[in-house]
Amino acid sequence: MDSEWVPPIVITSIWAFIGIICPFFARGPNRGVTQCCLMLTAATCWLFWLCCYMTQLNPLIGPKLSMVEIMIMAREWGNEIKDSMDIVV
Amino acid sequence: MGDMFRSEKMALCQLFIQPEAAYASIAELGESGCVQFRDLNDEVSAFQRKYVTEVRRCDDMERRLRYVESEMKKDEVDVPVLKAEEEPSAPNPREAVDLEAQLEKTDNELREMSANGASLAANFRHMQELKSVLVNTEGFFSDQEVINLDSNRRLDPEDPAQAPGAAQRGQLAFVAGVIKLERFFSFERMLWRISRGNIFLRRADIDGLVEDEETGRPVLKTVFVAFFQGEQLKQRIKKVCTGYHAAVYPCPSAHAERLEMIKDVNVRLEDLKLVLSQSADHRSRVLNSASKHLPRWSIMVRKMKAIYHILNFFNPDVTGKCLIGEGWVPTNDIATVQEALARASKVSESSIPAFMNVIETNEMPPTYTRTNKFTNGFQNLVDSYGMASYREVNPALYACITFPFLFAVMFGDLGHGLILLLFASWLIIKEKQLASIKEEIFNIFFGGRYIILLMGIFSIYTGFIYNDVFSKSMNIFGSAWHMNYTRDTVEDASLKYITLRPNDTVYKTYPFGMDPIWQLADNKIIFLNTFKMKLSIIVGVVHMIFGVTMSVVNFAYYKKYASIFLEFLPQVLFLMLLFGYMVFMMFFKWVTYNDTVEGPLSPACAPSILILFINMILQGSQDTPEPCKEFMFEGQKSIQQVFVVIAIICIPWMLLGKPLYILLKRKISGAPPPKPQGGGGEGHGDDDAMGEIFIHQAIHTIEYVLSTVSHTASYLRLWALWHATQLSEVLWNMVFSMGFKYDSYIGGALIYVFFGAWALLTVGILVLIEGLSAFLHTLRLHWVEFMSKFYEGAGYAFEPFAFKTILDVSEDD
Repeated sequence: MDSEWVPPIVITSIWAFIGIICPFFARGPNRGVTQCCLMLTAATCWLFWLCCYMTQLNPLIGPKLSMVEIMIMAREWGNEIKDSMDIVV
Repeated sequence: MGDMFRSEKMALCQLFIQPEAAYASIAELGESGCVQFRDLNDEVSAFQRKYVTEVRRCDDMERRLRYVESEMKKDEVDVPVLKAEEEPSAPNPREAVDLEAQLEKTDNELREMSANGASLAANFRHMQELKSVLVNTEGFFSDQEVINLDSNRRLDPEDPAQAPGAAQRGQLAFVAGVIKLERFFSFERMLWRISRGNIFLRRADIDGLVEDEETGRPVLKTVFVAFFQGEQLKQRIKKVCTGYHAAVYPCPSAHAERLEMIKDVNVRLEDLKLVLSQSADHRSRVLNSASKHLPRWSIMVRKMKAIYHILNFFNPDVTGKCLIGEGWVPTNDIATVQEALARASKVSESSIPAFMNVIETNEMPPTYTRTNKFTNGFQNLVDSYGMASYREVNPALYACITFPFLFAVMFGDLGHGLILLLFASWLIIKEKQLASIKEEIFNIFFGGRYIILLMGIFSIYTGFIYNDVFSKSMNIFGSAWHMNYTRDTVEDASLKYITLRPNDTVYKTYPFGMDPIWQLADNKIIFLNTFKMKLSIIVGVVHMIFGVTMSVVNFAYYKKYASIFLEFLPQVLFLMLLFGYMVFMMFFKWVTYNDTVEGPLSPACAPSILILFINMILQGSQDTPEPCKEFMFEGQKSIQQVFVVIAIICIPWMLLGKPLYILLKRKISGAPPPKPQGGGGEGHGDDDAMGEIFIHQAIHTIEYVLSTVSHTASYLRLWALWHATQLSEVLWNMVFSMGFKYDSYIGGALIYVFFGAWALLTVGILVLIEGLSAFLHTLRLHWVEFMSKFYEGAGYAFEPFAFKTILDVSEDD
C-alpha cells in the first residue's frame, strides 16, 4: 500500500521545490518577476497534474476495447491470457 | 528595478533652464528618454511660439532632404542603413548652420543639374529627330529629279537654270517633320481636308522607339514629308503641324547639302552624347557623396526639429532669464535627469546650471511600467484592454504564466507544442537579424516571440499530461489497466467489444498524466469529458478567486480599508461558498466513489455534481433509488443550507454596505450636500450624489453576482476548445494512415506524399488556426473573467520624449 503513494509524493515534492525553494535563489534585476513566475508555474502545473491524477484514482467506467486491442494488450503489455479467471470482489 | 507588481511612482518636476543651455539640455534629455513634457503654451497658436523660425528652418531642411532622397531613388542610389551605435546626436547650433548650408548647396546643385539635364536631353532628341528626318527623306528625293524643291531655298542669282517666275508657279515645296505614329493617320486626313486633296504626303517610320517629350515614355514616331504648292497652303500646313505637335525640321533638298547636314548633325550628336554622359557622371558623383551622409543628416534634422518642438512647450519666466518647463519623471529616473541637465550645462558652458525641483500635485500621473523584452509582450496584452490606473496592481506580472498555461490547457498536444517551441526559438535566436524586418504580420509574431515560447513549453507539459502526441499516446510508466480475461472469452468470435470494469482490471494509478489505454478506447471521449470539464471549472474558480483577492491589494494601497470589509469580503464569500464548494464536491467525488465496493459508494450511485449544485441553490431534492444515497457525506444537506443562506446574505451586504457607509461618513463629517455631477462616469468620485452611489453599487452587485455564474461557465471553453484539437486524430486516421497501407517502393513514395499533406494540414489548421483561436479565447478569459474582478484600467500611458521613439515613428511613415 505504501508504494501507491510514492508517485504523488515525488511529484508534489518536485513542484514544491520549484515553487517554494527555488524563488529564494532568484537573483538579478528581475528578481521579483522570476520569483513570481516560478511560484505560479509550480502552482498551476501541480494543480493540473493533481486533477489528472485524481480523476484516475477511482475510475467509474472502463475503456471499451475491441478484441484485437485486448489481444494486443495481452501481447505487448505482458498480460497473459489465462485459462481461468480470478475474480476479486 | 524589475518589479512589475505595480506601475512606477511618478513625480511632476519643474525644470529651470538657461536659454543658452536649453537646446543642449533638451538634446540630452531626448537621448535619455525619461521625461514626458507638458505643453505649457497650450493657448498659444503654433505661429506665435518662441522657436517657430527654427522649426521652419528644420522644415526647410527636411524638404531639401526629401528632394535629395527622391533624386537618389530615381537614380537607384543605395542609401546605407545606419546601425544603432552610429546614430549621431542632435547638432549644436554651429553644426546646424553648417548642415543647413551643406543641404542648401546639395539641393541647389541637384536642381540645377536636373534642369540642365532636361534641356540637354530635349536638344539631343531634336538632333536625333533631325537626323532621322534627313536620313529617311533620302528615299523621297532620290526618286525624283528634284533639285530645287527646298521650300526655304534661296534664290541663286547665278544659276541660269532658275527662272525667277518659275519659283512662284508650278514648283512643289515641301515640309518635313516628325510626328507620333498614332497621330499620323488623322494628321493625314486633316491635311487632305484642308488642301482638298492637293497635298502629297509620304512617310517613313523610324526604327525603334523614341522618347516622347511630353510623357517621357518611348513611342513610335514617323518621318513625314508633305509636298504642296503655294504659300497659303504652306501656312495652313504649318498650323496643322503645330496642332498635332509634329516637329518640323528644315531639310535641304539638294543631296549634297543633305549629306553635309547629316555629317554636321552627327558631329553635334556626338558632342551632345559626351556632354550628357559627363553630366550624368557628375550627378551620380554628387548623389553618391550625398548618400554617405544622408542618413546621418536626416537623423540630425529630425532630432533638431523634435528639440525645438519641445522647447516650444517651455515658458519664459517673468525676468526672461530662464525657461521653465514641466514634465512627468519616474521617481527612479530623477537622478538620470539631473545628470543629463548637468552634462548639458557643462557642454554649453552656461554660467548658471539648470536645476529641477519636484512639485506636489493632485493630478493623476501617467502609468509607466518598466519592462524587459520578455515581459514586454505580456504587458502589451494587458494594456490593450486598458492602461492601468496609476499605481494599480499590474495583472501582466501574473499573465506571464497564467496566459500560456490557460492556452496550453486548450492546446495540449506535445507535438504541436514542440512546433510552437521550435518556431519561437528560431525567432529568439535570430532576434537581431529579424528585428529589422518591417512587414506588419511578421512583426506581430515577432513581437510575441516570448509569449509563443512559453505557450510552446506549457503545451508540451499539458500534452505530456493529456498523453497526446499528434493524437497518439505514450506508454512510459506502464498502463494501469490490465485485462484478465480467459482464453475462451478472448477468442469468442461473437464478441466484438469488451468494456473493462475497473474493479478487477485496475491495479494502480498511472502516475503522470492520462493512461495510454484511453487512446485505444472507443468510449475515450466520455471519460475525458468528465475530466476536462471538472478541470476547467477547478482552474476557472481558482483563477477567479485569485482575481478577487487582487482587489484587496488595490484597496490596501489606496487606503480604502473599509472596502475590504464591505466589498471584498462578501464577494469572496459568495464565490467560495457556492463555487468553491462545487470544486470541493468534485474533489470529494473523485476520492470517495470507486468500483471496488458495492452499495452507496459504487459508480452506479455516484451523484451528478451539477444536479447537486442546482438542488442546493433551489432547495430542491432528488429521489434516489436504494441503495444509493442522495448526498455524498453526512451532514451535507445542512452544510449546503448554511452556505446558501450566507451567500444570500452577501448580496444585500454588497448592495448596501458601501453606500450606507458613505452616507454615515458624510453625516458624521457634516459635509454640505454635494451637487450631482452631470454625466457620472466610471469613477466613484467623493462628490457624487447619494442616489448615484446607490445606483453604481446596485449595478456592480448585479454584475458581480451574475458574473460568478456566467464566468464560471465561461471557463468551460477550456474544455470546448480542447475538442477542436482532437481533429489531429481525424487527420491521422484519414490522411497519414492511408500511407501505411501500401507495401514496397510505391508505399515509400506514397508515404512521402501523405506525410506532406498531413504536415501541411497539421501546421496550417491545428497549429496556426487552432493556436490563434486558443490565443484569442485565453485573452478573453484574462480580460473579462480575470481582470474584471479587480482591474480599473483608467490610466494613460507614459510617453516620454525620447529620440528612439521619434526616429522609429518617422521611419515607419
